[in-house]
Amino acid sequence: MEREVIIKADSVTKKFGDRAILNGVSLEIYRGETFVIMGGSGCGKSTFLRHLTGALVPDSGKICLLGKELTGLGEDDMDKLKKKIGMCFQSAALFDSMTVGENVSLPLREHTKLDKNVIETVIKMKLEMVGLRGFEALMPSQLSGGMRKRVGLARAIALDPEIVFYDEPTAGLDPIVAGVVDKLILDLSKKLSITSVVVTHDMKSVFSIADRVAMLYEGKVLEVGRPEAIKGSKNPMVQQFISGSPDGPIRFFQQKDDYLETIMK
Amino acid sequence: MVVLLVRHTLAVLALFFETVFWIVVGPFKKKFPKPEGIFAQMVFAGMDSLIIVFFVAFFTGIVIAMQSAYQLTRFGANIFVAPMVAISLARELGPVLTSLVVAGRVGAAIAAELGTMKVTEQIEALETMALNPIRFLVVPRFIALIVMLPCLVIFADIIGIFGGFLVGVFNLHLNPYRYITFSFQFMAWKDVYTGLIKSFVFGIVISMIGCYMGLNTKGGAEGVGKSTTLSVVTSFILIILFDSILTGVFYFANK
Repeated sequence: MEREVIIKADSVTKKFGDRAILNGVSLEIYRGETFVIMGGSGCGKSTFLRHLTGALVPDSGKICLLGKELTGLGEDDMDKLKKKIGMCFQSAALFDSMTVGENVSLPLREHTKLDKNVIETVIKMKLEMVGLRGFEALMPSQLSGGMRKRVGLARAIALDPEIVFYDEPTAGLDPIVAGVVDKLILDLSKKLSITSVVVTHDMKSVFSIADRVAMLYEGKVLEVGRPEAIKGSKNPMVQQFISGSPDGPIRFFQQKDDYLETIMK
Repeated sequence: MVVLLVRHTLAVLALFFETVFWIVVGPFKKKFPKPEGIFAQMVFAGMDSLIIVFFVAFFTGIVIAMQSAYQLTRFGANIFVAPMVAISLARELGPVLTSLVVAGRVGAAIAAELGTMKVTEQIEALETMALNPIRFLVVPRFIALIVMLPCLVIFADIIGIFGGFLVGVFNLHLNPYRYITFSFQFMAWKDVYTGLIKSFVFGIVISMIGCYMGLNTKGGAEGVGKSTTLSVVTSFILIILFDSILTGVFYFANK
């Protein structure tokens, strides 16, 4: 089956100062699939996601979203493209001067000419999807972390985007809410055929939602494949990451110089 | 140090031109900020500053009246307290003191709010929603300040003159009617409008510095504190600097 490539990254590199965060990441993501990018903290997965949303510009390499190359796009075209994507932030990033309802309705109020009543209905629908209908009038500071994250998700899907990016959607949530969020991501992908790109290191979530998984390590793609294939991978690094073992080829220590030498200095 | 100063100056100018660009081009692209947003900022910058501006202007008027009366009684020229208070308020003290108060109150609030939004990813969230932060956040604050600051200055002028009037009438026992006529006899139209032009420029300075510092905040709570302080300090310096430049232009350039 030939499937449409909706996101294409071609040897993307990025440096912050001297530290290379991305070392030539190439990935293809198909329409309608749930693609999970996993990897340890600091491996560049969040940075890579920011490149896909256009928040960061790669030092070299190309990124194509919905058939358009991001680097060559003017502001108007970029805005048009951005309306077709949604982003669910790790910290939810709700606007804390606005109520929950205003947060979710902001993209609708700014980008559409919908009637007030219609917008109110849409907010109710979106909040119902994340299980928070009736919370419209609350301020973000009155919500728990998990609730904020779900409001952030409702806001991300307010404009019915084609692609939704999730930055650690289940981090810091209790197991039940994490399961609900996982199910929500699945529902969105299957029912509305939204393409989901999820960055996470929550292994339980990886294997319950992913159509395909990519493992990132030190700014490079280590392995891409279906979850079963990743589970049975022969790569010791991948195996270590899945089992969460402290011993293995992935070093916990970031320093490359000699410990003894440093403390004796 | 000099390089850094030049770089920041250019960046603030770039922000200023982009803000003006959005104000001019925005309505044609149908991307002008919503009136409610601008209105809310006007209420915050203008209405909510009335009380503090009232006290500052009122007591400044009283103090100038008393200080100048102390000197003028020696010459038996008590009545000149009236134009003294009116002109010094309209030209200098009204615009400068009001702007300093607003820089401390509104400029700091802008820097702190935008700074917090920056460090909590809210600015990035705006961008991914295809909402330009300059159009969405900077333009309403800019418009609010350049409109409300001159209004506050007019308010401060009136209150300050009233403060001086109270001293003149109840302390120096001047005739109230003569006090008023004397005030306006000596005060030229130029005294008022140069003051208002000044406050307009100060409004640009306060909003631009506040927004620039806020949007360039880095690193958590400490960063927010730093940009807030920096925005107030920079605004203060620039207000006094522009005040002397503008005074030079208005009163010494054509001679």
